[in-house]
Amino acid sequence: MFRNTSKRYGLVSILIHWLSALIVFGLFALGWWMLTLTYYDQWYRLGPWWHKSFGTCLLILTVLRVLWVMANPKPAALGNRIEVIGAKLGHALLYLLLFTVMISGYLISTADGSSISVFDLFSVPATLTDLPSQEDIAGEVHWYSALALVILAGGHGLAALKHHFINQDTTLVRMFGKTERK
Amino acid sequence: MKKTLLAAAIAGTAMFSTSALAADYKIDTEGQHAFIEFKINHLGYSWLYGRFNDFEGSFSYDEDAPENASVNVTIDTASVDTNHAERDKHLRGEDFLNVSKFPQATFKSTKYVPDDDDEGEGTLYGDFTLNGVTKEIAIEVEHVGAGEDPWGGFRRGFSGEVDLTLADYNIDYNLGPAAKEVELELSIEGVRQ
Repeated sequence: MFRNTSKRYGLVSILIHWLSALIVFGLFALGWWMLTLTYYDQWYRLGPWWHKSFGTCLLILTVLRVLWVMANPKPAALGNRIEVIGAKLGHALLYLLLFTVMISGYLISTADGSSISVFDLFSVPATLTDLPSQEDIAGEVHWYSALALVILAGGHGLAALKHHFINQDTTLVRMFGKTERK
Repeated sequence: MKKTLLAAAIAGTAMFSTSALAADYKIDTEGQHAFIEFKINHLGYSWLYGRFNDFEGSFSYDEDAPENASVNVTIDTASVDTNHAERDKHLRGEDFLNVSKFPQATFKSTKYVPDDDDEGEGTLYGDFTLNGVTKEIAIEVEHVGAGEDPWGGFRRGFSGEVDLTLADYNIDYNLGPAAKEVELELSIEGVRQ
């Protein structure tokens, strides 16, 4: 039930997948919106606080996810050879972008040696600090990789819908724990 | 004979020191004896300090004719440093210094007016360009000191203060009524060339 088999995704993989999707799109929306806030807005400080807290949670979740993927079998990708290769490349790129976005975000806030508070419960210390223009370069990388991530994740969703409605295979329903359509 | 030699020596020294007083100085950013700092009020409750780490410049000064003094300074605005990476990133952006579009701030003096009552003080007028906007400013200057340094050079230093209204330089991000002005605090040491 919790673990994957070669036929179906287990509960852990499914929950991590949908939770990640929710956090990724939520953080993108929050990140975009909070840039429009001004000094006297209530959320001027709250926005970044939630953004960094959830971002750190997503980083932890994604590390656990990679470990879980490595420790579990994976249901075979459906479709023709081109689709299978495309899916593998797309998924690899999603992981790459996830880590790029999160690490660059971390490098903005910790560029001066400050730690990142996560829900005021614990702090993540700085590691790489004081590189030339660190917060500016990390900021550019953060924005463009986040943009690329949500575009690719959108394409990932469209591809799932294409599998469901055009190929009429089980790609999408598998992510809800089923092995058959209906 | 002895007297004549002595007189000649004194005259020579006097001539030497006179010519030594009118001179060009390079601001000692290399040895880091020059600071362009600023302070701005936070919400009306405290002072926030920052500085520009990278700049260069020179000045010319003649103790016998201080009214001929002139100064040129170029500041690398991306070097703004308030000891807080997230804030510095914001300051470099479009809301404030716009450093990708306007990477330099410059000051070129136009005249120096020594105070009547205190010869060590005066007002330095000049054109200050920040965020692409040029305004005439008047810096209150105080001559701190001058003399030989322990390594064979000759140094001269000044301090200066000027209040800038941010809106004058198209910086209109709302930081509150207490933070409409920023005070520049300058501490400049030059090495005679």
